[in-house]
Amino acid sequence: MLVLVTYDVRTSEPGGAKRLRRVAKACQDFGQRVQYSVFEIEVDPAQWTALRARLEALIDPKCDSLRYYFLGANWRRRVEHVGAKPAADFDAPLII
Amino acid sequence: MKKLLNTVYVTSEGAALSKDGENLVVQVEGEERARAPFHMIASVVAFGAVLLTPPLLQACAARGITVVLLDRNGRFQARVEGPTSGNVLLRRQQYRASERPEAIVRSLVAGKVANQRAVLQRALRDYGEETQISAKTAIEAAVARLGGILRSVQISTSDVNALRGAEGEAAQLYFGVFGHLIRSPDPAIVFRGRSRRPPLDPMNALLSFLYTLLTHDCRSAAETVGLDPAVGFLHRDRPGRPSLALDLMEEMRPALVDRLALSLVNRRQIRIQDFRMEDNGAVLLNDESRKTVLSAWQERKKTERRHPFLDETAPLGLAPFLQAQLLARHLRGDLDAYPPWFGK
Repeated sequence: MLVLVTYDVRTSEPGGAKRLRRVAKACQDFGQRVQYSVFEIEVDPAQWTALRARLEALIDPKCDSLRYYFLGANWRRRVEHVGAKPAADFDAPLII
Repeated sequence: MKKLLNTVYVTSEGAALSKDGENLVVQVEGEERARAPFHMIASVVAFGAVLLTPPLLQACAARGITVVLLDRNGRFQARVEGPTSGNVLLRRQQYRASERPEAIVRSLVAGKVANQRAVLQRALRDYGEETQISAKTAIEAAVARLGGILRSVQISTSDVNALRGAEGEAAQLYFGVFGHLIRSPDPAIVFRGRSRRPPLDPMNALLSFLYTLLTHDCRSAAETVGLDPAVGFLHRDRPGRPSLALDLMEEMRPALVDRLALSLVNRRQIRIQDFRMEDNGAVLLNDESRKTVLSAWQERKKTERRHPFLDETAPLGLAPFLQAQLLARHLRGDLDAYPPWFGK
């Protein structure tokens, strides 16, 4: 299934920049960055549980937020891209 | 059902592969070209001079991602593997069964011959009218003879050497008429019987390259279910030879590789310009055309087929895995026989 994860981490206080970096890193480990704080993450339910726990342990719920959009397994027809930096398709032939 | 994970093919000379967090990163000339999380990848195939960092190799081994190194021409060089996985008891059963391989060999040969016949029959059905009369009769004769071999294989009382002989005879008949299935108008695209090490004509070059890729998938499939890829049934043991992978592959060659090779040339996706000739008479795919072939191969693996025995729809690329699993079930005693793979 594809999950879109977006976040807002307050960096104005000490520790904020570190949290931001760690949240981005966790998302990067499981998926790809499509915009600055937007990640497309293709995972199975077990992997999703792991990632979700990791993210929720990282943020400070008083000033940061996470939003998950569940696009399911049939996500291709729900996603369109316009403009620069198109996302990589991990199911297409990966020939470099 | 297992998910068909992607394979990363690295064909750029001088590419560097490294690990970043849980990602595989591919850099070419210092510039990041691709990045993919490990959980999306089943294997990495690197051609020619590709650098792989130790942390990446360790990460792949730990996650069961197979890393295969091929030379520029696609010939197997090395393979990096983690600890042997799977179950000792299963492997012991495999070794025991390899002493008495008749039943499994019969299934393998029957599957292969049936699938070869299916390729020829399909060619007759689709293009029989356009084929020259002499070629058409030759193909029809081969189809009939393959049918005969298939029946004799199914009823024969199991002498492994007789079965191996039947397989050889079938291969000769099949490759004897295989050249007639080429419909490319280019007279330089020819097939003069099977030749390898080196392949001596374009069609053989294409077949050999694709067989290498299929061997790699079959070997991974055997490893995945915990079988020893070196101990086969149809293929005798020989140091360094992945006999079981070659066994598994026999049934799938016609449907996965031979038909793909034919479509590539008949649809003119691959032309004579895509090959280069070496001084020793070898004919090889050149660097650019290898990408075309790899894309076509990955696409072919995604086409869905109904599995005849499991009665489930699965991508063709999972066929080696499903057959390895059925073989393991047979060896464990959960299945009375190894059901061959019939693919069209």
